[in-house]
Amino acid sequence: MPAAPQQAVPPPAVPPPAVPQPGPRSPSPRLWHMRRAEVLACAVVLAAAAGTAAGLAAGPPAAVIAAGAVAAGAALALWFARNRVRSWAYQERDEDLIVERGVLVRRLSVVPYGRMQFVDVTAGPADRVFRLATVRLHTAAAASDARIPGLERDEAARLRDRLAALGEAKAAGL
Amino acid sequence: MTGEPAGTWHRLHPLSPVVRSGRGLIAVAVAVAITRSATSGSGWLEVAFLFAAVVAAVISWLVTRWRLDGATLRIESGLVRRDSRQLPIARIQAVDVVRPFLARALGLAELRVRLAGSSDADGRLAYLTEQAALELRAHLLATHHGLDPATPEPPEHIVMTVPTGRLIGSVALSTAGPAALMAVLAGVALAFVSAAALAALAVSLVWLLIVCLSLVWRRASTQYGFTVAQSPDGIRIRRGLLGTVAETIPAQRVQAVRVIEPLLWRPLQWCRLEVDVAGSPGRDSADGTARMRKTLLPAGRRGEAGYLLTMAIGAGMPGLTRPPRRARWKAPLSYHFLAAGHDGGLAVSVVGRLRKVTTMVPLEKAQSVRFVQGPLQRRLALATVHVDAAGHVRAEFRERPQEQARLLVDELAALSREARRHAPPAGMPAGGAQAASVASPVNAAQSEA
Repeated sequence: MPAAPQQAVPPPAVPPPAVPQPGPRSPSPRLWHMRRAEVLACAVVLAAAAGTAAGLAAGPPAAVIAAGAVAAGAALALWFARNRVRSWAYQERDEDLIVERGVLVRRLSVVPYGRMQFVDVTAGPADRVFRLATVRLHTAAAASDARIPGLERDEAARLRDRLAALGEAKAAGL
Repeated sequence: MTGEPAGTWHRLHPLSPVVRSGRGLIAVAVAVAITRSATSGSGWLEVAFLFAAVVAAVISWLVTRWRLDGATLRIESGLVRRDSRQLPIARIQAVDVVRPFLARALGLAELRVRLAGSSDADGRLAYLTEQAALELRAHLLATHHGLDPATPEPPEHIVMTVPTGRLIGSVALSTAGPAALMAVLAGVALAFVSAAALAALAVSLVWLLIVCLSLVWRRASTQYGFTVAQSPDGIRIRRGLLGTVAETIPAQRVQAVRVIEPLLWRPLQWCRLEVDVAGSPGRDSADGTARMRKTLLPAGRRGEAGYLLTMAIGAGMPGLTRPPRRARWKAPLSYHFLAAGHDGGLAVSVVGRLRKVTTMVPLEKAQSVRFVQGPLQRRLALATVHVDAAGHVRAEFRERPQEQARLLVDELAALSREARRHAPPAGMPAGGAQAASVASPVNAAQSEA
């Protein structure tokens, strides 16, 4: 029976469907790498500056203490940044987009596609190094804040196109 | 206007440059008079400025023209930087007829057409004759509702007027009054402490009083003779003492309503009513979204406010529930009034202690629903749910129990989805079915009248 296996395993030549699997999704793991790099870079610069200043003012022990303090601060910032990165989640439902975020202040936004005014995809210098982008959905309300950082570029483009298409299809007037 | 063929270019009224530069002209004339009387030097510089201003105003009038193109209003202006704007009539959020004092004296009026994304200056036609402005407004609103553009302005019936006494009282009790009272008290207190200090401060106190009085005057004169009327093409507001303003808000364009009760008004049972319309972004909004707030009632009794409320959003008040007692730890002061509730069509929240604000957002107009929980709220197992309307208004379900808030988010999102589905598609170019459905009440009202 040579025909059956051929039918059972069709080659995935077409790209995967635009509609994602249901359930919450999270930003790329590279977002954590990016945040870590940002915190570490800041910490190195700060530690060098603080160490030099303290060393010149009060001798080598002070320099070590200053650098240590910066290192402790950086560790705290890293811990916070990791939790923050982990807290981001988004879910594309039939009618609306859900974005969840925040550690200290937990936030969850439900934005109907029909309320979309425009979609923004931005990538800063650090984002570009890590090949990431931020997608932001704007509505007529200043407060509705549906922002998803740290998306891989393909995912950002897919999300942008899907949001734009859905926004058009379900558009509701003001 | 309506008799002429649509599509011809019109110019603004020839007296427009006079009115537009009117204030400047008077200021310069006064300056010239003062300098001439004070010094014997010539006022050539001022006269040159005056001349330049007049020439600029005349050129601006010469190059500005407008025309109606079926479903769009086109305005062209600018000599060096040519500016051509097309305002789709179906997207109109509000139409105002503004008559500053000088224009009113000359029988002119300015027409302001507001769209959701436009700034204040975008849809301005300054100035037309009063007759032409009113006809154009009728034409725009008729087209907006999908009627024959030649339909005359439907009759209105006046719902409410605000007596002048109450208006002045309300302004005096809101901001200016307490400030003036404090100034007087400070003066009295200082008089006991030392006479010298009082003499020094007397001048600034007098200035403060003058500022307060001018504030009262400005508010009272802009809201003088406040009249709210209802007509099939929307809610109409007329107000003003020297310069008058006539605003028309088409039905279905109200994004949110707020009832505000300042502390000093509460013994009198007064409140103020404001409606929010999506519109002109101010300087404060970077992302092009802003509110446009219009006062629907500057000061009125609860019953009047309730009547206007039903007129503006056409729904009964849902029952309100209070947050649990443990919310006192989070909001010790504002707990007193905190309450919120919703039904199938409306989300209502009450916040504020000194200034009690009741915000009503029709769920059909909700832009997004948000759940926010701060650290202290998490400790107390509380959370806040926001229902955002276009602009900066939102109904805040503050300090709800955490589990209830989670469910509330889903419920409000689902309810607003349902409400949107059943609402007529606003903002779309008027199709046959929509036009018919809007047309019948207007015709009915006209045949009654």
